[in-house]
Amino acid sequence: MDTLNPSEQRDLQRLAAMMIPASAEYGVPGADDPAIFADIIRSLGRDLPSARAALAALAEGGPFADLAAEKAEALAASLRTTPDLLVLHRLVLLCYYRDDRVMRSLGQEPRPPFPKGHVVEQGDWSLLDPVRARPPIWRPA
Amino acid sequence: MADPVDVLIIGAGASGAAVAWSLADTRMRILCLEQGGWMKPSEYPSTGRDWEARQFGDFHISPNVRKLPADYPINDDNSPIKIVNFNAVGGSTILYAGHFPRVHPSDFRVRSLDGVADDWPIDYATLEPFFAENDRMMGVSGLAGDPAYPAKSSPMPPLPLGKSGARLGAAMNRLGWHWWPSDSTLATQDYEGRARCINLAHCLYGCAQGAKASTDITYWPEALRAGVELRTHCRVREITLNEHGMAKGVVYYDENGVEQFQAAEVVIVAANGVGTPRLLLNSVSGKFPNGLANSSGQVGRNLMLHPYAQTYGYVDEPLDGNHGPPLCLWSHEFYETDPSRDFVRGYIFQMSRGVGALTEAITSSAAGRLPWGADHHRVYRNLLNHRIGMAAICEDLPEAHNRVTLDPVLKDGNGIPAPRIDYTLSENSRRMLAHGRARALDILREAGATNCDGELPIAYAGWHLLGTARMGDDPDNSVVNSWGRSHDVRNLFIVDGSLFVTSGGVNPTSTIQALALYVADSMKQRLATLFD
Repeated sequence: MDTLNPSEQRDLQRLAAMMIPASAEYGVPGADDPAIFADIIRSLGRDLPSARAALAALAEGGPFADLAAEKAEALAASLRTTPDLLVLHRLVLLCYYRDDRVMRSLGQEPRPPFPKGHVVEQGDWSLLDPVRARPPIWRPA
Repeated sequence: MADPVDVLIIGAGASGAAVAWSLADTRMRILCLEQGGWMKPSEYPSTGRDWEARQFGDFHISPNVRKLPADYPINDDNSPIKIVNFNAVGGSTILYAGHFPRVHPSDFRVRSLDGVADDWPIDYATLEPFFAENDRMMGVSGLAGDPAYPAKSSPMPPLPLGKSGARLGAAMNRLGWHWWPSDSTLATQDYEGRARCINLAHCLYGCAQGAKASTDITYWPEALRAGVELRTHCRVREITLNEHGMAKGVVYYDENGVEQFQAAEVVIVAANGVGTPRLLLNSVSGKFPNGLANSSGQVGRNLMLHPYAQTYGYVDEPLDGNHGPPLCLWSHEFYETDPSRDFVRGYIFQMSRGVGALTEAITSSAAGRLPWGADHHRVYRNLLNHRIGMAAICEDLPEAHNRVTLDPVLKDGNGIPAPRIDYTLSENSRRMLAHGRARALDILREAGATNCDGELPIAYAGWHLLGTARMGDDPDNSVVNSWGRSHDVRNLFIVDGSLFVTSGGVNPTSTIQALALYVADSMKQRLATLFD
């Protein structure tokens, strides 16, 4: 299966960590966490060409992974709104926000919606009383 | 060549299913050709951990992104609103939220009441029994007593208000504005073999529970039991004519890509407001060099898409998030024309709960609310499950230059010319969108929301494909008559959203299906004189 080469993967892992770093305060891994990063690589699919293009732009002056922090941040910021980097960012987010540890930290059960579903309270139906009291608002025709 | 059939229906979506079911009791031989296949609910996104991610892939709302074998490309580069649809048995009812308002009585008399566009050749009372029949067949949940409508009832009680609905409802009460629980095709009780809604909350992308009515699980099982034949993965290229100028049948490609011909006594087109004009325009002949049934020149014109003004904000407590059906309430406060406003006609608000974790992250990142870096986690926790919002669905008035034509270059997988969309927002629509945004902000502020944002118009919201083969009494400016029969070809009928003379300001599926049932009933009433 076609995928990113080792150099591209190293650059992407650096970029993922810049997008979503680990946080001790919230007890969550960063997007460069090995399990999350492996999911990102597995999930490239139809986004592979955009990912490659975005990483190529980041690596124009040399490997992005080797840049000093300030330089790397400035370069990523300058390209952040380019279409290819937006696609790559979306890919990072979609793998990060389905990681079990991340979902638990958000109070979300790490599971698909089906078959358990969720519970929604009925709410206070007496709120409708003033609307029930209104005369018709549709126009006869 | 296959045996001729009495009735050939093209498209197995919202309208094709309804017309097939209704005509089945005639005991005629009825065949439906559908370019897609049957969906497997066990494979819908909500069954897997990648349930949100698939909306960017095989369940993307745009066929141009999704690119499944059943899809055909659509050149919508020249439109600020992109076409969205789904191609399968069930059509776009697979990929809709189940919001199910009817149009209003005034929508049929737009010219008479407001001096714009045209009146329909039928009225609300004509469709009323078919609205009710369709509500029963689709299984609608709702609450009687809404002052926005003539009296009506629903087979099931409404969706729960939840925390989000209660907060929005209380705000609307303080403003003195109309709101009501939406009519919805999400079953709130076990209904006709369908299981009740358990709040999977990913309604738009197919319902694994079967609580959302899509026609593959409502009309089609009954139609098939009644003897209708449904042939899947069959894409119709053109409708052909006989020497008398009547429809003879269709040329289509079967699932192996082999060209076939199917003869029929009656042809019914149910391919939606883009697919139907595309098919008619691809069906050229000596008699109809500009497309079948197009002596009026109206085929493909008057495309209406319903511009959406989406607005949302964030409150200071977690609400329902994405743990309930996304759409829960509507407001018709701004639906009818008000001379004090700077536009005619109006819109509804469809009010929504929150979005999923991934969708919140992606939309907030794109909007610049959610930063990269260390502060990402803090900001995100103040967004997730704190969102409430609404969309104004603005009535789109018919304009001849908004149209579907054939793209000179783009073709589908069978080599059939693809549709091209040319569409611009009118000044009336722009003003209505701005009004919808301003009133939405009023509501959200009253509900205690801050950090408000949105999209105006929503680009990927061309769900409602209307007006491109409109009905009317005058053959010079309409494509079909008041009961769906082509003015030009007397055994050709159209039953989908193409028929709409005006769009109303509501989601149209309820009205599309009521129209399909009405056309079918009209045909049954006239079987002996159908072609006179």
